[in-house]
Amino acid sequence: MNPLNKSIVQTELDRFLNREVYLHLETTNGAYAVHRQESNMTVGAYIRNGLIRFGRGIITGAGPYRVGLKMEIGWVYAEGLTDYEIDPEGRLLLAGHDQEGRLAVALELSLSPFEL
Amino acid sequence: MKEHVLVVFPHPDDETFGCGGTIAQFTKSGVPVTYVCGTLGQMGRNMGKPLFANRESLPIIREVELEIACQALGIQRLIQLGLRDKTIEFEDPELLTDKLEQIILEVKPSLVLTHYPGHAVHPDHNALGDVTIRAVSRLSPQERPTVYAHAFARDCQDQLGKPDIINDITDVAEIKLAAIRAHRSQSQVILPRLSNGQFKNPSSKNSYNHMLTRESFWIYRFL
Repeated sequence: MNPLNKSIVQTELDRFLNREVYLHLETTNGAYAVHRQESNMTVGAYIRNGLIRFGRGIITGAGPYRVGLKMEIGWVYAEGLTDYEIDPEGRLLLAGHDQEGRLAVALELSLSPFEL
Repeated sequence: MKEHVLVVFPHPDDETFGCGGTIAQFTKSGVPVTYVCGTLGQMGRNMGKPLFANRESLPIIREVELEIACQALGIQRLIQLGLRDKTIEFEDPELLTDKLEQIILEVKPSLVLTHYPGHAVHPDHNALGDVTIRAVSRLSPQERPTVYAHAFARDCQDQLGKPDIINDITDVAEIKLAAIRAHRSQSQVILPRLSNGQFKNPSSKNSYNHMLTRESFWIYRFL
Protein backbone atom coordinates (compact mmCIF):
# COMPACT_ATOMS: atom_id res chain seq x y z
CA MET A 1 0.00 0.00 0.00
CA ASN A 2 1.04 3.63 -0.39
CA PRO A 3 0.41 6.74 1.68
CA LEU A 4 -3.11 7.82 0.85
CA ASN A 5 -3.42 10.22 -2.07
CA LYS A 6 -6.68 12.07 -1.71
CA SER A 7 -7.26 13.07 -5.33
CA ILE A 8 -6.48 9.59 -6.68
CA VAL A 9 -8.79 8.02 -4.09
CA GLN A 10 -11.57 10.51 -4.92
CA THR A 11 -11.33 9.56 -8.61
CA GLU A 12 -11.47 5.90 -7.59
CA LEU A 13 -14.52 6.41 -5.38
CA ASP A 14 -16.29 8.06 -8.33
CA ARG A 15 -15.66 4.92 -10.39
CA PHE A 16 -17.96 2.98 -8.02
CA LEU A 17 -20.84 5.50 -8.01
CA ASN A 18 -24.33 4.16 -8.72
CA ARG A 19 -23.24 0.55 -9.21
CA GLU A 20 -23.65 -2.66 -7.23
CA VAL A 21 -20.49 -2.70 -5.14
CA TYR A 22 -19.08 -5.28 -2.72
CA LEU A 23 -17.90 -3.75 0.53
CA HIS A 24 -15.35 -4.91 3.07
CA LEU A 25 -15.44 -2.70 6.17
CA GLU A 26 -13.67 -3.39 9.41
CA THR A 27 -12.19 -1.91 12.50
CA THR A 28 -10.15 -3.63 15.20
CA ASN A 29 -7.87 -2.89 18.11
CA GLY A 30 -6.46 -6.43 17.94
CA ALA A 31 -7.58 -9.73 19.40
CA TYR A 32 -5.05 -9.35 22.23
CA ALA A 33 -5.84 -5.76 23.24
CA VAL A 34 -7.02 -6.67 26.74
CA HIS A 35 -4.57 -9.55 27.14
CA ARG A 36 -1.62 -7.25 26.44
CA GLN A 37 -3.22 -4.52 28.52
CA GLU A 38 -3.17 -2.14 25.57
CA SER A 39 -6.82 -1.36 26.20
CA ASN A 40 -9.54 -2.29 28.67
CA MET A 41 -11.72 -3.59 25.83
CA THR A 42 -11.08 -5.82 22.83
CA VAL A 43 -13.18 -4.25 20.09
CA GLY A 44 -13.64 -5.16 16.46
CA ALA A 45 -16.27 -5.43 13.76
CA TYR A 46 -16.25 -6.46 10.15
CA ILE A 47 -18.56 -6.82 7.19
CA ARG A 48 -17.28 -8.96 4.31
CA ASN A 49 -19.13 -8.69 1.02
CA GLY A 50 -21.82 -6.28 1.99
CA LEU A 51 -23.58 -5.45 -1.28
CA ILE A 52 -24.23 -1.71 -1.50
CA ARG A 53 -24.94 1.10 -3.95
CA PHE A 54 -23.99 4.71 -3.24
CA GLY A 55 -24.73 7.90 -5.13
CA ARG A 56 -22.21 10.09 -3.33
CA GLY A 57 -18.76 9.06 -2.07
CA ILE A 58 -16.32 11.54 -0.56
CA ILE A 59 -12.86 11.39 0.99
CA THR A 60 -11.97 14.22 3.33
CA GLY A 61 -9.61 15.28 6.10
CA ALA A 62 -5.96 16.31 6.23
CA GLY A 63 -4.67 12.81 7.03
CA PRO A 64 -5.54 10.44 8.50
CA TYR A 65 -8.57 10.65 6.22
CA ARG A 66 -12.28 9.95 6.43
CA VAL A 67 -14.59 8.43 3.83
CA GLY A 68 -18.37 8.70 3.70
CA LEU A 69 -20.53 6.82 1.21
CA LYS A 70 -24.11 8.06 0.98
CA MET A 71 -26.62 5.36 0.12
CA GLU A 72 -30.31 5.74 -0.59
CA ILE A 73 -31.24 4.67 2.94
CA GLY A 74 -28.02 4.93 4.91
CA TRP A 75 -24.32 5.64 5.18
CA VAL A 76 -20.98 3.85 5.19
CA TYR A 77 -18.33 5.67 7.23
CA ALA A 78 -14.68 5.08 8.08
CA GLU A 79 -12.07 7.27 9.74
CA GLY A 80 -8.37 6.92 10.43
CA LEU A 81 -7.46 5.95 6.84
CA THR A 82 -3.76 6.36 6.06
CA ASP A 83 -2.91 4.14 3.07
CA TYR A 84 -4.41 3.10 -0.25
CA GLU A 85 -3.90 0.64 -3.06
CA ILE A 86 -5.68 -0.21 -6.28
CA ASP A 87 -4.92 -3.90 -6.49
CA PRO A 88 -4.43 -5.95 -9.70
CA GLU A 89 -8.14 -6.86 -9.66
CA GLY A 90 -9.07 -3.18 -9.71
CA ARG A 91 -10.33 -3.17 -6.15
CA LEU A 92 -9.93 -0.02 -4.09
CA LEU A 93 -8.25 -0.87 -0.78
CA LEU A 94 -8.11 1.76 1.95
CA ALA A 95 -6.68 1.14 5.40
CA GLY A 96 -5.51 2.93 8.51
CA HIS A 97 -2.31 1.63 10.12
CA ASP A 98 -0.61 2.55 13.38
CA GLN A 99 3.14 3.23 13.68
CA GLU A 100 3.84 -0.50 13.97
CA GLY A 101 2.12 -1.12 10.64
CA ARG A 102 -0.85 -2.76 12.33
CA LEU A 103 -4.20 -2.37 10.65
CA ALA A 104 -6.83 -0.55 12.71
CA VAL A 105 -9.47 0.20 10.07
CA ALA A 106 -10.14 -0.88 6.49
CA LEU A 107 -12.64 0.08 3.80
CA GLU A 108 -12.49 -1.77 0.49
CA LEU A 109 -14.68 -1.67 -2.61
CA SER A 110 -14.90 -4.21 -5.40
CA LEU A 111 -17.16 -4.94 -8.36
CA SER A 112 -16.89 -8.69 -7.70
CA PRO A 113 -17.16 -10.51 -4.36
CA PHE A 114 -14.11 -10.62 -2.08
CA GLU A 115 -12.67 -14.09 -1.44
CA LEU A 116 -13.94 -15.86 1.65
CA MET B 1 1.54 -47.10 19.93
CA LYS B 2 3.79 -45.64 17.25
CA GLU B 3 4.78 -42.09 18.14
CA HIS B 4 3.14 -39.38 16.04
CA VAL B 5 2.32 -35.84 17.11
CA LEU B 6 -0.80 -34.09 15.84
CA VAL B 7 -0.78 -30.30 16.27
CA VAL B 8 -4.08 -28.43 15.97
CA PHE B 9 -4.14 -24.61 15.97
CA PRO B 10 -6.26 -22.01 14.16
CA HIS B 11 -3.72 -19.51 12.82
CA PRO B 12 -0.47 -19.79 10.89
CA ASP B 13 2.16 -18.86 13.57
CA ASP B 14 0.27 -20.31 16.58
CA GLU B 15 2.36 -23.47 16.12
CA THR B 16 5.57 -21.44 16.14
CA PHE B 17 5.08 -18.87 18.90
CA GLY B 18 3.42 -21.28 21.34
CA CYS B 19 5.03 -24.63 20.64
CA GLY B 20 7.71 -24.25 17.95
CA GLY B 21 10.48 -25.48 20.24
CA THR B 22 8.54 -28.53 21.38
CA ILE B 23 7.60 -29.39 17.79
CA ALA B 24 11.24 -29.03 16.71
CA GLN B 25 12.37 -31.38 19.49
CA PHE B 26 9.94 -34.05 18.32
CA THR B 27 10.87 -33.79 14.66
CA LYS B 28 14.60 -33.70 15.51
CA SER B 29 14.25 -36.95 17.40
CA GLY B 30 12.49 -38.54 14.43
CA VAL B 31 8.87 -38.33 15.62
CA PRO B 32 6.60 -37.34 12.72
CA VAL B 33 4.46 -34.24 13.23
CA THR B 34 1.23 -33.45 11.37
CA TYR B 35 -0.18 -29.94 11.65
CA VAL B 36 -3.87 -29.14 11.26
CA CYS B 37 -4.10 -25.38 10.69
CA GLY B 38 -7.64 -23.98 10.87
CA THR B 39 -7.46 -20.68 8.98
CA LEU B 40 -5.04 -18.51 7.04
CA GLY B 41 -5.16 -15.76 9.66
CA GLN B 42 -7.01 -13.60 7.15
CA MET B 43 -7.96 -10.98 9.73
CA GLY B 44 -4.56 -10.49 11.35
CA ARG B 45 -3.69 -6.89 11.93
CA ASN B 46 0.08 -7.12 11.50
CA MET B 47 0.90 -6.25 7.90
CA GLY B 48 4.70 -6.29 8.14
CA LYS B 49 7.06 -3.61 9.31
CA PRO B 50 7.67 -1.87 6.98
CA LEU B 51 4.20 -2.52 5.65
CA PHE B 52 4.13 -5.04 2.80
CA ALA B 53 0.78 -6.84 3.08
CA ASN B 54 -2.79 -5.66 2.82
CA ARG B 55 -6.09 -7.20 3.92
CA GLU B 56 -6.52 -9.01 0.59
CA SER B 57 -2.94 -10.18 0.06
CA LEU B 58 -2.42 -11.25 3.69
CA PRO B 59 -3.85 -14.80 3.41
CA ILE B 60 -1.77 -15.53 0.29
CA ILE B 61 1.36 -14.25 2.03
CA ARG B 62 0.63 -16.12 5.27
CA GLU B 63 0.08 -19.40 3.45
CA VAL B 64 3.60 -19.19 2.01
CA GLU B 65 5.02 -18.14 5.40
CA LEU B 66 3.31 -21.14 6.97
CA GLU B 67 4.93 -23.55 4.50
CA ILE B 68 8.38 -22.08 5.19
CA ALA B 69 7.83 -22.26 8.97
CA CYS B 70 6.69 -25.90 8.68
CA GLN B 71 9.89 -26.71 6.79
CA ALA B 72 11.95 -24.96 9.47
CA LEU B 73 10.25 -26.95 12.24
CA GLY B 74 10.41 -30.23 10.33
CA ILE B 75 6.62 -30.63 10.14
CA GLN B 76 6.02 -33.36 7.58
CA ARG B 77 2.40 -32.85 6.76
CA LEU B 78 0.15 -29.80 6.79
CA ILE B 79 -3.63 -30.14 6.70
CA GLN B 80 -5.58 -26.91 6.19
CA LEU B 81 -9.17 -26.80 7.41
CA GLY B 82 -10.00 -23.80 5.19
CA LEU B 83 -11.90 -21.90 7.87
CA ARG B 84 -11.98 -18.13 8.18
CA ASP B 85 -10.15 -16.19 10.86
CA LYS B 86 -12.37 -15.09 13.79
CA THR B 87 -15.31 -17.29 12.74
CA ILE B 88 -14.51 -20.73 14.21
CA GLU B 89 -16.70 -20.25 17.30
CA PHE B 90 -19.70 -19.57 15.04
CA GLU B 91 -19.36 -22.78 13.01
CA ASP B 92 -21.34 -25.91 13.90
CA PRO B 93 -19.14 -27.60 16.55
CA GLU B 94 -20.52 -31.05 15.67
CA LEU B 95 -19.36 -30.74 12.06
CA LEU B 96 -15.93 -29.51 13.13
CA THR B 97 -15.66 -32.30 15.70
CA ASP B 98 -16.52 -34.85 12.97
CA LYS B 99 -13.76 -33.42 10.80
CA LEU B 100 -11.17 -33.54 13.60
CA GLU B 101 -12.27 -37.05 14.55
CA GLN B 102 -11.72 -38.23 10.96
CA ILE B 103 -8.23 -36.74 10.96
CA ILE B 104 -7.41 -38.30 14.34
CA LEU B 105 -8.62 -41.73 13.16
CA GLU B 106 -6.46 -41.45 10.06
CA VAL B 107 -3.29 -40.00 11.66
CA LYS B 108 -3.56 -42.10 14.87
CA PRO B 109 -1.49 -39.67 16.95
CA SER B 110 0.12 -40.70 20.22
CA LEU B 111 0.07 -37.04 21.31
CA VAL B 112 -2.12 -34.05 20.41
CA LEU B 113 -1.02 -30.44 20.91
CA THR B 114 -3.82 -27.86 20.95
CA HIS B 115 -5.04 -24.82 22.86
CA TYR B 116 -6.58 -25.28 26.29
CA PRO B 117 -10.25 -24.33 25.75
CA GLY B 118 -11.23 -21.38 27.92
CA HIS B 119 -7.63 -20.47 28.74
CA ALA B 120 -6.17 -19.44 25.39
CA VAL B 121 -7.32 -15.81 25.00
CA HIS B 122 -8.35 -15.70 21.32
CA PRO B 123 -11.89 -16.99 20.59
CA ASP B 124 -10.55 -19.06 17.67
CA HIS B 125 -8.00 -20.73 19.99
CA ASN B 126 -10.67 -21.64 22.52
CA ALA B 127 -13.12 -22.86 19.87
CA LEU B 128 -10.69 -25.08 17.95
CA GLY B 129 -9.16 -26.42 21.19
CA ASP B 130 -12.67 -27.29 22.31
CA VAL B 131 -13.65 -29.26 19.20
CA THR B 132 -10.26 -31.02 19.16
CA ILE B 133 -10.79 -32.20 22.73
CA ARG B 134 -14.37 -33.23 21.89
CA ALA B 135 -13.01 -35.29 19.01
CA VAL B 136 -10.40 -36.99 21.21
CA SER B 137 -13.01 -37.68 23.89
CA ARG B 138 -15.08 -39.65 21.35
CA LEU B 139 -12.36 -42.32 21.40
CA SER B 140 -12.37 -44.95 24.12
CA PRO B 141 -10.02 -44.11 27.03
CA GLN B 142 -7.59 -46.83 25.84
CA GLU B 143 -7.39 -45.34 22.35
CA ARG B 144 -7.04 -41.71 23.37
CA PRO B 145 -3.78 -39.93 22.66
CA THR B 146 -2.32 -37.75 25.40
CA VAL B 147 -3.34 -34.11 24.96
CA TYR B 148 -0.89 -31.31 25.75
CA ALA B 149 -3.06 -28.22 26.14
CA HIS B 150 -1.42 -24.83 25.64
CA ALA B 151 -2.75 -21.99 27.82
CA PHE B 152 -1.59 -18.42 28.18
CA ALA B 153 -4.47 -16.38 29.58
CA ARG B 154 -3.31 -14.05 32.34
CA ASP B 155 -5.11 -16.06 34.99
CA CYS B 156 -4.37 -19.53 33.61
CA GLN B 157 -2.14 -20.55 36.49
CA ASP B 158 -4.69 -19.41 39.05
CA GLN B 159 -7.26 -21.55 37.26
CA LEU B 160 -5.19 -24.57 36.25
CA GLY B 161 -2.27 -24.62 38.67
CA LYS B 162 1.32 -25.19 37.61
CA PRO B 163 1.81 -26.62 34.09
CA ASP B 164 2.38 -30.40 33.96
CA ILE B 165 5.05 -30.15 31.28
CA ILE B 166 7.77 -27.51 31.37
CA ASN B 167 9.89 -28.02 28.33
CA ASP B 168 13.42 -26.61 28.08
CA ILE B 169 13.78 -25.63 24.42
CA THR B 170 17.19 -23.93 24.49
CA ASP B 171 18.68 -26.71 22.32
CA VAL B 172 16.27 -25.82 19.49
CA ALA B 173 16.02 -22.06 20.07
CA GLU B 174 17.65 -21.34 16.70
CA ILE B 175 15.11 -23.51 14.91
CA LYS B 176 12.26 -21.75 16.68
CA LEU B 177 13.76 -18.40 15.78
CA ALA B 178 13.97 -19.46 12.12
CA ALA B 179 10.26 -20.36 12.20
CA ILE B 180 9.44 -17.03 13.86
CA ARG B 181 11.35 -15.28 11.08
CA ALA B 182 9.47 -17.33 8.48
CA HIS B 183 6.22 -15.77 9.71
CA ARG B 184 7.63 -12.49 8.48
CA SER B 185 4.41 -10.47 8.25
CA GLN B 186 3.56 -11.35 11.84
CA SER B 187 6.98 -11.29 13.49
CA GLN B 188 8.73 -8.21 12.14
CA VAL B 189 7.18 -6.07 14.87
CA ILE B 190 8.48 -8.28 17.71
CA LEU B 191 11.85 -9.34 16.27
CA PRO B 192 13.72 -6.29 17.64
CA ARG B 193 12.34 -7.07 21.11
CA LEU B 194 13.51 -10.69 20.74
CA SER B 195 17.06 -9.70 19.88
CA ASN B 196 17.39 -7.06 22.60
CA GLY B 197 16.53 -9.70 25.16
CA GLN B 198 13.06 -8.63 26.24
CA PHE B 199 11.91 -12.22 25.94
CA LYS B 200 14.72 -13.49 28.14
CA ASN B 201 12.63 -12.59 31.14
CA PRO B 202 9.66 -14.74 32.09
CA SER B 203 6.40 -13.78 30.42
CA SER B 204 4.15 -11.87 32.77
CA LYS B 205 1.23 -14.12 31.87
CA ASN B 206 2.75 -17.53 32.42
CA SER B 207 6.06 -17.58 34.22
CA TYR B 208 6.77 -21.03 32.76
CA ASN B 209 6.85 -19.67 29.20
CA HIS B 210 9.91 -17.94 27.76
CA MET B 211 9.88 -17.29 24.03
CA LEU B 212 13.23 -18.94 23.28
CA THR B 213 13.92 -21.03 26.38
CA ARG B 214 10.80 -22.69 27.77
CA GLU B 215 7.36 -23.88 26.64
CA SER B 216 4.78 -25.28 29.01
CA PHE B 217 1.65 -27.40 28.73
CA TRP B 218 -1.11 -28.83 30.83
CA ILE B 219 -2.05 -32.47 30.27
CA TYR B 220 -5.78 -32.42 29.58
CA ARG B 221 -7.67 -34.68 31.95
CA PHE B 222 -10.75 -36.31 30.46
CA LEU B 223 -13.65 -36.92 32.82
